[in-house]
Amino acid sequence: MTLVVEDLVCRRGGRVVCGPLSFRVAPGETLLVTGPNGAGKSSLLRVLAGFIPAAEGQMRLEGSRPAAGAALAEQVAFAGHLDAVKPALGVAENLVLWARLGMPLRGQGDAGAAVQSALSRFGLAHMAERPAAECSAGQKRRLGLARLLLTDRPVWLLDEPTVSLDRASAALVAVLIGEHAATGGITLVTSHVDLGLASAREFSLAPTSAAAPAPGAPTATTAATGATPAPPRPADDPFLEGSW
Amino acid sequence: MVSGAFGAVVGRDLALALRLGGGGAVGLAFFVLAVVLIPLGVGREPATLMRIAGGVVWIAGLLAALLSLDRLFQADHEDGTLEQLMLGPLALEQVVLAKALAHWLTTGLPMTLAAPLLALSLQLPVAALPALVAALLVGTPALSLVGAVGAGLTAGVRRGGLLLSVLVLPLYVPTLIFGARTVENALLNLPWLPPLALTAGLSLLALALCPFAAAAALRINAR
Repeated sequence: MTLVVEDLVCRRGGRVVCGPLSFRVAPGETLLVTGPNGAGKSSLLRVLAGFIPAAEGQMRLEGSRPAAGAALAEQVAFAGHLDAVKPALGVAENLVLWARLGMPLRGQGDAGAAVQSALSRFGLAHMAERPAAECSAGQKRRLGLARLLLTDRPVWLLDEPTVSLDRASAALVAVLIGEHAATGGITLVTSHVDLGLASAREFSLAPTSAAAPAPGAPTATTAATGATPAPPRPADDPFLEGSW
Repeated sequence: MVSGAFGAVVGRDLALALRLGGGGAVGLAFFVLAVVLIPLGVGREPATLMRIAGGVVWIAGLLAALLSLDRLFQADHEDGTLEQLMLGPLALEQVVLAKALAHWLTTGLPMTLAAPLLALSLQLPVAALPALVAALLVGTPALSLVGAVGAGLTAGVRRGGLLLSVLVLPLYVPTLIFGARTVENALLNLPWLPPLALTAGLSLLALALCPFAAAAALRINAR
């Protein structure tokens, strides 16, 4: 299964944030998305996850596993800046919902077993029954990342997964990405620290607000630079384009 | 499988509402307090209280439902839970429905159960109680469902509660009119089934439309 992205453009608030981008990620491949702040790394991952509709271009999964033509959003596990951890619930309780949502679970066994193995993998098994409010920032992040191990999703989108993690946990993230790749999984990860992903392919995003467009993509940012006034295309979202 | 996932979302919202800081009982407490304060302000003239009892219970119910609505999606929006739910196997419309159901179970249902006692304190005759309970039972789901649309629109707004009230209260007017009318007709020995049916019809309309509207609003907020 290959992730194919063609001429993908992401707009937010009428401004081109990244793109047009074209790349392919083969099964078992890890793509390290790099670029300065504001280059659109997070936006790219959010477009791929389906939170932001792509302004132009296409993205799809090719191949047999899973069912061809399945919606990308249903094959994606996303770990962003927010951990989706509820302080009022217990540590294990936080994960149980995601195990019970009916997504195919990883490995054998029921929801409880999946939660236990995910927690112990991230070194949180000893506090499984404690309220999540007692977690430190790093433990909370680990709890959020543990969600990746619950379900069997082939595409991982990780946005700065190692923020507030200690060195050992950051290394664990790299190990898990490697294991995911070994099973044919695709990972797109952004990070400003060296994750030690030897096999990862680097994909560099240039900031679109730069006056000179990136070489090789001279027409990339006409809308942003205004060099050639683009014909007024039907605004797909007048609410966000500011033309309402 | 989907019903299991639906139940999981409902169960989690209920658990969160009943934990510390979840605010599950706040709506009910506000409802009780607001109704109990009325005789203190209006005076304990039985004829006056009896006349206004139905309307008072309904207005207190609307405000109590609003009180907990602003956190319906905002908390999940802030901590990223909504993003994760959007990637799950449940359609966002189903998530909205599950959360609205949990909201109703922690506000509308308790208010319906508490209403007879409160109405008695407002001198509403026992004969009118079935109409009151029936109207609240079929009418309060509309409060949670219509409120979910407003909550979806204001999920990304800091201190969106006030904006939410302004958006949602006008939409509560039909339910208020027919719900209060049901009680009044029972009080006046008029047939109260027609206004009750209209109250129920409003809830069904909300059930049909609101999950889609709220989900669309949440998708915009997720960008």
